[in-house]
Amino acid sequence: MTGTYLGMPSFPRAADASTRDHRLRANLRRATHTIRAKRDRAVAELDDWVQLRAAGAAVKDRTLRHLDHYLVQLEESVTRAGGTVHWAADAAEANRIVTGLVLATGEREVVKVKSMATQETGLNGALAAAGIRAYETDLAELIVQLGDDLPSHILVPAIHRNRAEIRDIFRRRMAEWGLPAPEGLTDRPADLAEAARLHLREKFLRAKVAVSGANFAVAETGTLVVVESEGNGRMCLTLPETLISVVGIEKVVPTWRDLEIFLQLLPRSSTAERMNPYTSMWTGTTDGDGPRAFHLVLLDNGRTDTLADTTGRQALRCIRCSACLNVCPVYERAGGHAYGSPYPGPIGAVLTPQLRGLASPLEESLPYASSLCGACFEACPVAIDIPEVLVHLRERVVEGGTVTLRGTRTVIKPAKRHATERTVMRAAGWAFDHPRVLRRGQRLLARTRGLHPGRLPGPGRAWSDARDLPEVPPESFRDWWARTRGGSGRKGEPS
Amino acid sequence: MSSGPSSGSSRERILGRVRQALADVPPSEQPGEHPVPRDYATQHGEHTHSATVGLLAENLADYRARVHRTEAPGLPALLARLLAERGARRVVVPPALPDGWLATAPVELVRDSPALTARELDSIDSVVTGCALAIAETGTVVLDAGPDQGSRRITLVPDHHLCVVRTDDQVVSSVPQALRRLAPARPLTWISGPSATSDIELERVEGVHGPRTLEVILVAGDPREL
Repeated sequence: MTGTYLGMPSFPRAADASTRDHRLRANLRRATHTIRAKRDRAVAELDDWVQLRAAGAAVKDRTLRHLDHYLVQLEESVTRAGGTVHWAADAAEANRIVTGLVLATGEREVVKVKSMATQETGLNGALAAAGIRAYETDLAELIVQLGDDLPSHILVPAIHRNRAEIRDIFRRRMAEWGLPAPEGLTDRPADLAEAARLHLREKFLRAKVAVSGANFAVAETGTLVVVESEGNGRMCLTLPETLISVVGIEKVVPTWRDLEIFLQLLPRSSTAERMNPYTSMWTGTTDGDGPRAFHLVLLDNGRTDTLADTTGRQALRCIRCSACLNVCPVYERAGGHAYGSPYPGPIGAVLTPQLRGLASPLEESLPYASSLCGACFEACPVAIDIPEVLVHLRERVVEGGTVTLRGTRTVIKPAKRHATERTVMRAAGWAFDHPRVLRRGQRLLARTRGLHPGRLPGPGRAWSDARDLPEVPPESFRDWWARTRGGSGRKGEPS
Repeated sequence: MSSGPSSGSSRERILGRVRQALADVPPSEQPGEHPVPRDYATQHGEHTHSATVGLLAENLADYRARVHRTEAPGLPALLARLLAERGARRVVVPPALPDGWLATAPVELVRDSPALTARELDSIDSVVTGCALAIAETGTVVLDAGPDQGSRRITLVPDHHLCVVRTDDQVVSSVPQALRRLAPARPLTWISGPSATSDIELERVEGVHGPRTLEVILVAGDPREL
């Protein structure tokens, strides 16, 4: 793995490799199941979760339906509070703006708060090309950066690394980036965290420029919000003289009051805590406290194209909590790298093809990186119907159709590579329209279980090359239900 | 400082794309008109004030803050004892911390000021502050850089933070109640337990970059006159 998503193989090929990595699968399984169980408890504490979720979705929808209004309002509020607002249509422009701002300070180093927007634009590479060194300060991002690696989870980007690997990375690479790892560093998490603390503290204390993202930007007041746990965020947001925040245009929320919804939904959904250890809110600049210069870079980079799709638009509600990753059976087995983007898991499978367009086999394959089980929709705190968007995008891949690409309406052709899926989907559609055929087919499959191959022959091979064929159960669900009524003994219809 | 001539045109281009993308939204619809149901709770459960303070103490402790309770007159002795137990010698304080709080503590006081550098702060043992309010349901203390709290960095760089909460008038139940009482124009720091990470195999470790020890002192009565 080298630190770029360019040239990533399509999802099935990448997942084929990662699903065979048993250690990775074991790490991921333990991690996702742990977070899931904790999250369920944190959510259960609030008896109005359903109402909060509906309100969160509605606020985001209101914002998206009038995004131009709220962006202009945000710009006015931030400017009034002493900040400067910049607009970036794409990744290259965002990187150019940030690089220019850093160079203008005369500095050649920046400290960074974990930011998915700057992962998306590849900012660190652009800064390096201009002779500026960017230091990631979130512990997991530090592990990823020192390991020449890519993040694989939204919340815990180094989830694919275990403690021994992390110790080896620290021992091997810390010296190149600053303070070396302490002598005799063990793989105890507390010792590793202490090594990171020492390594980064000297950077915080001398840093003059910081780059961050933001979780929310309040149009009414111009307030930016960053939630975090370690304090590296607070270090970057308050010690340097200049702060540059790169924020996707979908992060705006209309009013101060709206934060009461998201500050309840986000921590419980992501880290399964009642509240994350630190939340920082700042409005422009404050005399004698924090940075003297604040720049807000508003990033489009495919977001307006996503907005133009009335089905896919809902993906822009995402508050990056990662709850959908932790419940996804596909993510749990494939790992985050297979998605070829800073946005892995179910949300990545809908967001990446929309932000980038169906540009290559990777983006075309992502809508298929799902079993459509619906667990992601259940978990999503802003009720994004991810399965609905996945099916919608599959139709685009298979049938082609009208999309918006960099602001221009474009008709795309069906993807050649998905001829097999096209045939299978048509056949499935026909079978679902003819229930008796479906039933007979299921019974036939069940009776011949012992004969089923692990790989499909003939034209089906391309499909099964990247998938393990499911084992057919001894009895179809229909037959089982007809026989047992779900084992409940009740005679009525299922509720 | 300018980011180049493309900036103005990108603003128009992005706003133009947004408007084009929203062709399905009726032109007559005003931004505030898209319905937002706000039937969620403004607090979870009805509690007496003392039960709310108890919940705050419980939730703070659950996230590994050390919680102490005292009546106002006992505050200086408690602060002196906690600083002594910690072995703190130099303590940074905000510009308007009441003089009486640390009058009996045998420590060197450093007043927060813009002239204090981050490196100087790094050599200081502890910080003592008040707060703007505290939220019981989440176990959170909120600082708004008021005169008894000082600049954001003094509660960040030292490794030990002692935060005083007046239980009579600074404790609210919920996040919605907290936001109503806070001024967005002030820089705000919400603190729920000490700095922590779970980035290594999801094992929680306290203290990466922020204070590794957070002690919250819940004070009944009014300690401002001390």
